[in-house]
Amino acid sequence: MSVADAGRKGPMIILTLAVILGLLHQDLWWWDDGTLVLGFLPIGLAYHITYSLLAASLWALAVRIAWPHHLEDDVAAEAPATPQEDAS
Amino acid sequence: MTPLVVIIAYLALLLSLGLLSTRFFRGTSRDFFVASQSIGPFLLLMSVFGTTMTGFALVGSTGKAFERGIGTYGLMASASGLIHAAVFFLIGIRLWAHGKRHGFVTQIQFFRERFESNGIGYLLFPILVGLVLPYLLIGVLAAGKFVLPVTAGAFPGLFANEATPQWAGGIPVWLTGLVVSGVVLTYVFSGGSRGTIWANTFQTIVFMVMGVIAFTLISTTLGGPSNASKIGMQIDTEGRAIQTHGIDRETHELIEYETPRVLGRVVTPLTDAQKERAAAGELRPHQTRSVIDVEFDKRNPATREIVGKFHREFGIPAWMFFTYMLIPLSVGMFPHLFQNWLTARSARTFRTTVIAHPVFIAIVWAPCVLIGIWASGVIPALENVSSTLGIMVANMTHNELIVGLVAAGVLAAIMSSLDSQFLCLGTIFTNDVVLHHAGKDRFTDSQIVLMARSFIVGIVVLTYLLAMWANSAGAGVFDLAVWCFSGFSSLFPLVFASIYWRRVTKAGAYASILASMSVWFYFFRDSGFGGETTLGPGIMPVAPAFLAGVIALVAVSLVTKPPSEETLAKFFPKREPT
Repeated sequence: MSVADAGRKGPMIILTLAVILGLLHQDLWWWDDGTLVLGFLPIGLAYHITYSLLAASLWALAVRIAWPHHLEDDVAAEAPATPQEDAS
Repeated sequence: MTPLVVIIAYLALLLSLGLLSTRFFRGTSRDFFVASQSIGPFLLLMSVFGTTMTGFALVGSTGKAFERGIGTYGLMASASGLIHAAVFFLIGIRLWAHGKRHGFVTQIQFFRERFESNGIGYLLFPILVGLVLPYLLIGVLAAGKFVLPVTAGAFPGLFANEATPQWAGGIPVWLTGLVVSGVVLTYVFSGGSRGTIWANTFQTIVFMVMGVIAFTLISTTLGGPSNASKIGMQIDTEGRAIQTHGIDRETHELIEYETPRVLGRVVTPLTDAQKERAAAGELRPHQTRSVIDVEFDKRNPATREIVGKFHREFGIPAWMFFTYMLIPLSVGMFPHLFQNWLTARSARTFRTTVIAHPVFIAIVWAPCVLIGIWASGVIPALENVSSTLGIMVANMTHNELIVGLVAAGVLAAIMSSLDSQFLCLGTIFTNDVVLHHAGKDRFTDSQIVLMARSFIVGIVVLTYLLAMWANSAGAGVFDLAVWCFSGFSSLFPLVFASIYWRRVTKAGAYASILASMSVWFYFFRDSGFGGETTLGPGIMPVAPAFLAGVIALVAVSLVTKPPSEETLAKFFPKREPT
C-alpha cells in the first residue's frame, strides 16, 4: 500500500480492526473453562492479557497508517509560538 | 518498623523531587497549569499512565479479583487497553490541538466556546468536581487501607485499632491519609503541572517495578505461580467453599491443613459441568467467570469465632461484562486528563502513549489479578476486600525492606493520580469560576498562581475530611471508583459529538448532560451511594445513563438551532486540498 493509499484507507482499516477487537472482547467461549495455560494462567485471563497486546499492536498500526498529520499542520499554521522544550 | 522507615524515606525523596521542579518553574500561570505545553513523549506516557492508574489499579484490582475472580482483568484492564488508547487517539489529540490553537487550559473553557454558552460551564462545573471528588477519596482511602496491615504491630501502644484488632499497632487510615495528602499537596503547590508530571513519572516507574517485585515474592512464597494457581479456594462435592492451605503467621511459610478449612457454602445449584469439576477437585470459582453464589461465615478477626454470614457472587454475569465496556470511555471526560493532554509539546508526543498504554496496563493489572485469585486460597474470606493486597504483601514477603519498598510502590500509584486531580480542581476553580466571572485582566499572573494554590489547599483539606467520612461508612475502593468512572463515561457522548459532529447544538449538549446525569444519579442513590448495583441480568448502570445521554444529545440537537458559522469555522477549520 502506497503512502497516499494508506492515508485514505488507514482510518477505515483501523476502525474495522477496532470493531473486530471490540467483539473479540466478549469471549463467552472461555467463560466456564478453568484450564491453566503455562501451568498457572487461567485461560480466560491468558486470553485477555493477549488481548491487551493485540490492542497495543492495533494502535501501533493506527499511528503508522491513520495518524492525523493535518492536526499538526493546522496547529503549526495557527499557533506559531513554540514553547521552550523540556528534555525527555 | 523497617517498612515504615522505607515509606518515610520514599515520601521524603518524592518531596525533594517535587521541590526541585520548582527551580524550573517559569512563574507564569500557563506554566503552573500546563507546564507551558513543553512535555515530551516519555514524560507524557508516564504521567498519563500514572494518572489513570490510581489505588483502583493496584489495591482495587487485587481486591476485586479476590472478590470476583479473573473476570476483573477483562472488566477493566483489557477493555481499557483498547478503549483508553482509542480515546487518546480520537479525542486527546484533537482536544490538545484545540487547546493549543485557542489557549484553553480546562475542559470547561473548551465546552463554553464550542457550545457558545457560559451556562454550560456552570452546569458542568459542579458535575465534574462532584465526580472527581470520589476519585480523590479512593486514593486517600486506598493508601490508608494498604498501609494499615503492612505496618501492623509497629506501634502497639500507640494505635490500638479497635475496629481492626488483627492489625493492632498498624498506622491507622486517618494518619496515612493525612501524610499522603500533605506530601502531594506540597509538591503540587510548589511545582504545579511540571512538578506533578515529574513526580508522576518517578512514581509510575516505582510502582511498576515494585509491583513486579511483589508479584515475584508472593508467588515464590506460594511455591511458584503454578502451585499458587492450584491452591486457590475451591468448591468441594458437598458445595462447601474450602481452603486446603494457609500461611503460617510466625514463619510466613505456606502450610497445608490436615483437614480443609471451610469458609462457606454454595447457595445456588451447581451446573453439571461444575459438579464434575468439583468431583475432580478443580472447581475454583476465581479462575472462571461463571457465576457461583457463596454464603461465607463472618468471623471475628481476633478470635476466629463465627459472628454472622455474608454473601458473595463469584464470576461475572455476561451482561455485566458487556456493559462494562462503556466504563473506560470515562477517560475522555476526565478533567485532569484533559489538562494532562494539554501539557504535550506536539501531537506527535501522543504516539508513545497511544501504543504503550495497553501494554503498561497489562504489566500492572495481570500480576494484581493473579495475586487476588491466589489470595483466595490462603487468607480468610474478607468482607471488605480492599485490604487484600496489603495482607498478601505483609504476610508473604519475608524481607521487611521489600515490604517497605512495595508499600512505597503502592503509595506511588495512588499519589500519582491524586496530584493531577488536586491540580486539576485548583485549575478549574481558578479559571472557570473566578477568572471567568471576574475577568482575567483584573489579576496579575502571580496572583492567578496564588489563587490556584489556595484552591488546591482547600480541595486537599475537603478531600481528606470526606475520605475519613467514607472510611467510617465502609466504602469499597473498587465500587466507588466504578461509580465515578460511570459518571464520566455517561458524559462521553458530549465530548465525542463536540469534536466530530458539526450539528450538535447547545440545547443538545444541555439535554445530554441533564439526561445522563439524572439517570446516573438515580442509580447511584439506589445503590446506597456507592455500592455495587446492576439492572436485570447484570447490566451496569452506565449503560442506561450513556444511552440517555446519546438519545437526548441527538434528538434535541436535530430540532434546535445549529451553531453559528463562526463557531463551526473555529472548531472545524477547512483544510486546503493537498
